[in-house]
Amino acid sequence: MHAETVSEKKAAALAAFATLETEPGVAKPDPILVVDKVVRRFGGLTAVNVDHMEVQRGSITALIGPNGAGKTTFFNQLTGFDTADEGDWTFNGRSLRGVPAHRVARHGMVRTFQLTKALSKLTVVENMRLGAQNQRGENFFRSLIPGFWRGQEDEITERAEELLERFKLDAKRDDFAGSLSGGQRKLLEMARALMVSPELVMLDEPMAGVNPALTQSLLGHVKALREEGMTVLFVEHDMDMVRDISDWVIVMAQGSVIAEGPPDTIMADHRVIDAYLGAHHDAPMSVEEAEEQLQEAEAEIEAEIEEKA
Amino acid sequence: MDWNLIFTRAIEAGIGTEAVIYALAAIGLNIHFGYTGLLNFGQAGFVAVGAYGLATMIATFGLPFWVGVLTGIAGAVVFALLLGIPTLRLRADYLAIVTIAAAEIVRLVVRSIALQGTFGGTDGLEAFSDGFYSMNPYGPGEYGIGPIGFDNRTMWVLTVGWVLVAVFCVLVYLAMNSPWGRVLKAIREDEDAVRSLGKNVFSYKMQALVFGGVVGAFAGFLFALSRAATQPDLFSTELTFYAYTVLILGGAARVLGPVIGAALFWLLLILVKTGMEEAVNHQVITFISVNQVGAINYMLVGLGLVLLLIFRPQGILGDKREIALDAR
Ligand SMILES: Nc1ncnc2c1ncn2[C@@H]1O[C@H](COP(=O)(O)OP(=O)(O)OP(=O)(O)O)[C@@H](O)[C@H]1O
Ligand SMILES: [Mg+2]
Repeated sequence: MHAETVSEKKAAALAAFATLETEPGVAKPDPILVVDKVVRRFGGLTAVNVDHMEVQRGSITALIGPNGAGKTTFFNQLTGFDTADEGDWTFNGRSLRGVPAHRVARHGMVRTFQLTKALSKLTVVENMRLGAQNQRGENFFRSLIPGFWRGQEDEITERAEELLERFKLDAKRDDFAGSLSGGQRKLLEMARALMVSPELVMLDEPMAGVNPALTQSLLGHVKALREEGMTVLFVEHDMDMVRDISDWVIVMAQGSVIAEGPPDTIMADHRVIDAYLGAHHDAPMSVEEAEEQLQEAEAEIEAEIEEKA
Repeated sequence: MDWNLIFTRAIEAGIGTEAVIYALAAIGLNIHFGYTGLLNFGQAGFVAVGAYGLATMIATFGLPFWVGVLTGIAGAVVFALLLGIPTLRLRADYLAIVTIAAAEIVRLVVRSIALQGTFGGTDGLEAFSDGFYSMNPYGPGEYGIGPIGFDNRTMWVLTVGWVLVAVFCVLVYLAMNSPWGRVLKAIREDEDAVRSLGKNVFSYKMQALVFGGVVGAFAGFLFALSRAATQPDLFSTELTFYAYTVLILGGAARVLGPVIGAALFWLLLILVKTGMEEAVNHQVITFISVNQVGAINYMLVGLGLVLLLIFRPQGILGDKREIALDAR
């Protein structure tokens, strides 16, 4: 094993978390995102019901939870892609409730999608360029005179190429995004989000479908984001990865935050294990417990037989 | 059979008034549908607004020609806003339904008896084209090369028409090869992705709707001026569907697609029609009468469109690679 070199930013992030309680909704020293009582219902189903949640600036925070916990729905509320039934949330102290998705992105809070949204009939580099903000050529009248925007476009292209190289997509520069593989699309989407120059990046399962070797380099990229001063909030199911890169973990189950804490603490937390595996998970059993369960099962079977008779 | 006549008529149709009008209408549609993915089934409405904006100002209110032109353009902008504000936030198919209805509303309004004094009812309007033809630099007579020729009035319409086509093609080329056009093409692919990158999708779709609508209004100007009259029933849904045929034939999301499509559509239409008429007149074909040629011709148009969509869905100028992506 190689020696871990803990970077300055990582150390800073960890220091910020060091003294915190590991309770759901605990206040952070310097939160970039503060969520209060956000509720989203679909008919009778309460998909999201987050009482309070804060995301520490400059940290990598993982949002985990079983399938259907409401993580994606929660992302959708925060980023303006869906309208919350109740609640409020602030980004850099500014309320974003009811702010449309494109404005949320302009404020510096950019998300990616669980189901990748590559723009198929645009080339990879055009996908990237699209992410850049304040483009002069995006105004209709100025777009007609290339002189107005060529210079800026060149700068944007340069930045796009740097990122493509970092994400190992430079060879695909001029291919249609639709011709990329699933994992490559994930990479492209992440790189494209970075073109926006966000302060907070929200990644919905960035590693799903990416091969292990590439996962390692992606992990590197995510860590690099923190080094560059960005904050990362990401949803992920792979626990090894969560343990590897996150400074703090927030656990959702059935729409609510049920636990928070540093990765190692969280993985051992019984509430988390219960949420993932159900209350009757297969932890090692004592002989008595095994006996008890056997009897229970037998009784159940007998009852069933009687019922049928 | 008089092959000379058949080909002369066909070529005249390919560069003639109809081809120009449909080229313009389809350029507008290309901005809507080809680049932005807006299913506008009401292009006939924009053409009608252009035609009637021009004709009404001049014939009914006695205002100068240029006021008519500006009114037509302004009318198309307003029509686009009216259509877009309630529907562009909704799913694409709602726009299709609303636009088809809105175009019919325009037609029924200008045709209504209550507004006959303004729009002329079913008879439409006349006496608005003098201003246009007074600018005609071509003296009376026939102009042309060999057997292909047009009179001086048609020459003026065609000159203005093809210049407009060229101008709009250049504008479309510039716009679509800019960051603005990139946003439109991205919206066609996935609106949510574009939103997540900080672009106001609604505003861009509206701009596209207005731009394409204004080009449609120019088709309306030429339509009205070339006939020196305008009637409501010229602007039925048929016009929109021909424009779609033209666009798909030439290739959507290609700058010259609508132009090639329009020329070829009218060339083929008249080639087959004149060909059949000649064949019937010379007893080459004996099982149909001349009166049936028109109907059969349109059946062939339908058949041709079906075959086109099966064997070359990308149109003449389209890129096969792009279509292949849809299958992934
Ligand atoms: N548009 C919708 N209409 C109805 N129910 C929905 C809708 N979107 C999500 N849900 C429900 O809300 C719950 C949370 O879904 P969500 O997609 O947020 O889960 P998730 O935590 O992202 O799960 P996963 O890890 O599988 O991606 C699920 O029970 C889902 O069925
Ligand atoms: Mg999800």
